[in-house]
Amino acid sequence: MKKLWISLTYLVFIILLIIPVIKIFTGAWADGWSGFADALSRKQSIHALMMTGIIVVVVTAINTVFGVMLALYLVRASWISHRMKQFMNSIVDLPFAVSPVIGGLMIVLLLGPSSIMGAFFEDIGFKVVYALPGMILATLFVTFPLMVREVMPVLQEIGSQQEEAASTLGAYSWYTFWHVTWPSIRWGVIYGVVLTVARSLGEFGAVLVVSGNIMNKTQTATTLVYQDVENFNVVAANSIALVLAAFSVGLLLLMEWAKKRKEVH
Amino acid sequence: MGGNGVLNLMLRSRWWSFGFRTTIMLYFIVLIVLPIIGIYTQSFSLGWQPFWDSVTDPLAWKSVLLTTKLSVIATVINVLLGTMIGWVLVRYRFPGRRILNSLVDLPFALPTAVGGLMILLLLGPGSLVGGIADNFGIEIVFHEPAIVVAMVFVTFPFVIRAIQPLLEELDKSEEEAAYTLGASTTRTFFQVIFPTILPGILSGAMLAFSRALAEFGAVVLVAGNIPGKTLIASVYIFGEIESDNPQGAAAVSVLLLTLSFFILWAVNLIQSRRMGK
Repeated sequence: MKKLWISLTYLVFIILLIIPVIKIFTGAWADGWSGFADALSRKQSIHALMMTGIIVVVVTAINTVFGVMLALYLVRASWISHRMKQFMNSIVDLPFAVSPVIGGLMIVLLLGPSSIMGAFFEDIGFKVVYALPGMILATLFVTFPLMVREVMPVLQEIGSQQEEAASTLGAYSWYTFWHVTWPSIRWGVIYGVVLTVARSLGEFGAVLVVSGNIMNKTQTATTLVYQDVENFNVVAANSIALVLAAFSVGLLLLMEWAKKRKEVH
Repeated sequence: MGGNGVLNLMLRSRWWSFGFRTTIMLYFIVLIVLPIIGIYTQSFSLGWQPFWDSVTDPLAWKSVLLTTKLSVIATVINVLLGTMIGWVLVRYRFPGRRILNSLVDLPFALPTAVGGLMILLLLGPGSLVGGIADNFGIEIVFHEPAIVVAMVFVTFPFVIRAIQPLLEELDKSEEEAAYTLGASTTRTFFQVIFPTILPGILSGAMLAFSRALAEFGAVVLVAGNIPGKTLIASVYIFGEIESDNPQGAAAVSVLLLTLSFFILWAVNLIQSRRMGK
């Protein structure tokens, strides 16, 4: 019986995960090295990868700072009532339940050219939708819960005794955060960063809606894959997908490493 | 200490801490709460009748119905596969176990568009599997099976990750007692093990279901998107946005969102109950 179950598990993994990943690798080399290199050195490929890079860096930085702070408030703050905390806590998860396409639609509705706020920003020469700010905003929305959800349980577990002891002199200070709180939440934060990077690297639906997918302007790596497939340029799509998949596998390894460290600490 | 000193003063000063709090709360409200309110108001912006018309458009409700149906199928598959894999990974020691355990998260790490592309390549017209299936008259890509495969792939980790901690915590003595009393393996599983992991299966299944409902990237590439046949809700919404009908897109979104919120609420309920124990 035991052997049967293990073989079945292997079978599922091979069919569902391993073969597809191998296929991406072989697919990118279908036309040899030159096909792969040509696909990647296209102007739109370089631009799309750069856009993805910018979005990943900006989104991860913003959501790390705000995520850690919000987690601190939701667990520790005495100026928010218990009821309010519970309510906010359940709202944090909402982006998980929202289809990425709907997330993008929300931003278009609120900040698009035909909306009040969008028109205002357009007047002062700041384009949000169909431009980088909107794409960043969409990705921020989609990745928002990841950091909060990683840090909150750690904060709850360590309790507030040490922090209180450290800050008997006054209010919660930078010193307390850096010397007492940070060492215990460190691995949770790193894990959250890896998750946020992975999610913002791969975000597709929300970005597609908000960006308009304009080549060499608002196109990201994932939306370029989509466009290449639609244009039946499979080798090119594969090459970009291979770059993305390589990053994902790297992130997966990082995740494992961070998870192990998290358990130790 | 210079920099830290300044930061200390900043954090201790009332105005700064007030400013800090306000910024974080505003960020939270503007980023999360405002957009969701916006979509509900937009869908009713032209009144109740247009909302009703958008939702009762046959293509719209057919897409929601199709999405729900396929998501249920994908969830059932994942419950079966996930329970088995979770069990094998926790209970058995065999070569490669740790590698497989890390691989579980791959669908979370991989961009969904890449996932869609992989399925397209493996099951598509020119592929081996696609060719064989074609000979038997089964169509996979651009039809329902491909959508289910995409959904299963994307939601693969949920059930496994939800039941693993429960299996690890499971008290072995209870299980052994059952065996000692002469219960069969099957009976022990259904009477001792299954009830313990059931909350995990349920919450994992619901998360998988809501993710499948919302999935776009992996599905849009393989679904064919034929209105009324293989057009799922998120792709329908995308189409409405592209054809400049934000109100119609918002109306269907509201339908889908309300369903997802309900599921999320149920998951929270299950989890807080478990915590309460």
